[in-house]
Amino acid sequence: MTTPDDRKYSEEHEWALVEGSVITVGITRYATDSLGDIVFVELPENGTEVTQFDKFGEIESVKAVSDLFTPVGGKIVEVNSGVIDMPEKVNEDPYTVGWLVKIEVSDQSQLDKLMDATAYDNLTAE
Amino acid sequence: MPDEQALRETPLHRTHVAAGARMAPFGGWDMPVQYEDGIISEVRAVRQHAGMFDVSHMARFQFVGPEAVAFLDRMLAADVAGLSLGRARYHVICNEQGGIIDDAIVYRITDDQCLLVANAGNADAVRDWLIPSAQQNGGVFFADLSEDVAMIAVQGPKAVEIVDRLCPLPASSVRPFRVRRAEIAGIPSRIARTGYTGEDGFEIMPPADRAVDLWRALEAEGVVPAGLGARDVLRLEAGLMLHGNDMTVGNNPYEAGLERFTYIDTPGYVAGVALRAIRDAGTPRVMTGFRMVGRGIPRHGLAVMKDGEQVGTVTSGTHSPTLDANIGMGYVDRGLSAEGTRFEIDVRGRLVEAEVVSLPFYSRKRG
Repeated sequence: MTTPDDRKYSEEHEWALVEGSVITVGITRYATDSLGDIVFVELPENGTEVTQFDKFGEIESVKAVSDLFTPVGGKIVEVNSGVIDMPEKVNEDPYTVGWLVKIEVSDQSQLDKLMDATAYDNLTAE
Repeated sequence: MPDEQALRETPLHRTHVAAGARMAPFGGWDMPVQYEDGIISEVRAVRQHAGMFDVSHMARFQFVGPEAVAFLDRMLAADVAGLSLGRARYHVICNEQGGIIDDAIVYRITDDQCLLVANAGNADAVRDWLIPSAQQNGGVFFADLSEDVAMIAVQGPKAVEIVDRLCPLPASSVRPFRVRRAEIAGIPSRIARTGYTGEDGFEIMPPADRAVDLWRALEAEGVVPAGLGARDVLRLEAGLMLHGNDMTVGNNPYEAGLERFTYIDTPGYVAGVALRAIRDAGTPRVMTGFRMVGRGIPRHGLAVMKDGEQVGTVTSGTHSPTLDANIGMGYVDRGLSAEGTRFEIDVRGRLVEAEVVSLPFYSRKRG
């Protein structure tokens, strides 16, 4: 699967897709391939304030627990209940049905600290 | 890195890599954790059809000689003398203090020949326990067959039917916990009706240089390759313990719930005195299975809590795809180990409710 070029990426293998003042966040295909079958997702509640690059949740595969680090800071305005109920949706397509949270951001300049798809592909190709 | 160079490879290593397996170190060996379809798919294959595991990394030690059986009965809690020829027994290997060195299967091949299959990670510990005594003991000859003989476990509801197609004996005539010689796909092997998944099936020991041929023959019959990731989920669903995870040399068989597999009454058994004392004193904690009521997956090392106090420790836990539940086991205060008792698991700061259930979590339907 190709890395979508409509969004930005973090070194921690999360993506951020801008839709006005709200940014949708998820993990990358590289991350799901490394994790294997995802069986549990723990996300913060609506209204939680998160800081860019800080831990905001956990994702568990059959074998291991991994921390989720948010690529942007702001206020959580929506949580994908679909992946809470069916974590395998993250494996199915991490860029669409497998999104994790939507975050309202006040400062769009945070996105400058993220990579575009080409830079992210170079990072993961190493 | 020296550590990576030191990793050992089974005769099937290249076959795994060529199949796209994800490899990782396990007990000193570079082993397949999963193949391309992933752990859950492999677990389903074993529960619904038939899967196969390369278990050549496990230690295979042979003891031969007129004193072999008597020697093993002094060193193992296995009552080898009580085994008829061609029978196998799961048991724990304890040191003189009653600590568990390993759990293993001993096969009584003939009157004066036994095979011991031990965990890869404990191969050295088991050798250190047995070999110095064997050398002092006339009439026992030790051989390490681990390099010369491979081992492939074929497990699942279709395993027996499939292996029968490759074995004129037929394989199904080998009853559970029996072992004998047979040709599988024309390959002279030892075949045992044992396993570590909670399913019916075999562990087949071909010569190392025929392991790839046997693997391919089984694959051609539709047996699905499965890795150590699936094996760990399957054994936990079946309530089977993993040494190094669920018990160490710091545990005894009574707290581990393995007293059924600890034969302590053989005269001269070296750990008999210590084990009887532990048994008679009773152990404050006991291996307990539980199922999560709240949202969370128990993991090795997490604390078991009740009314704000730690009452135990999780030793294994996972999401069970077969039961669609999060399950675990660990050492818990005896007073809280009865079925239906509730306590919490401290999942990295979150207290998540769990309820004690009887082990195993999963039992196959028997036909």
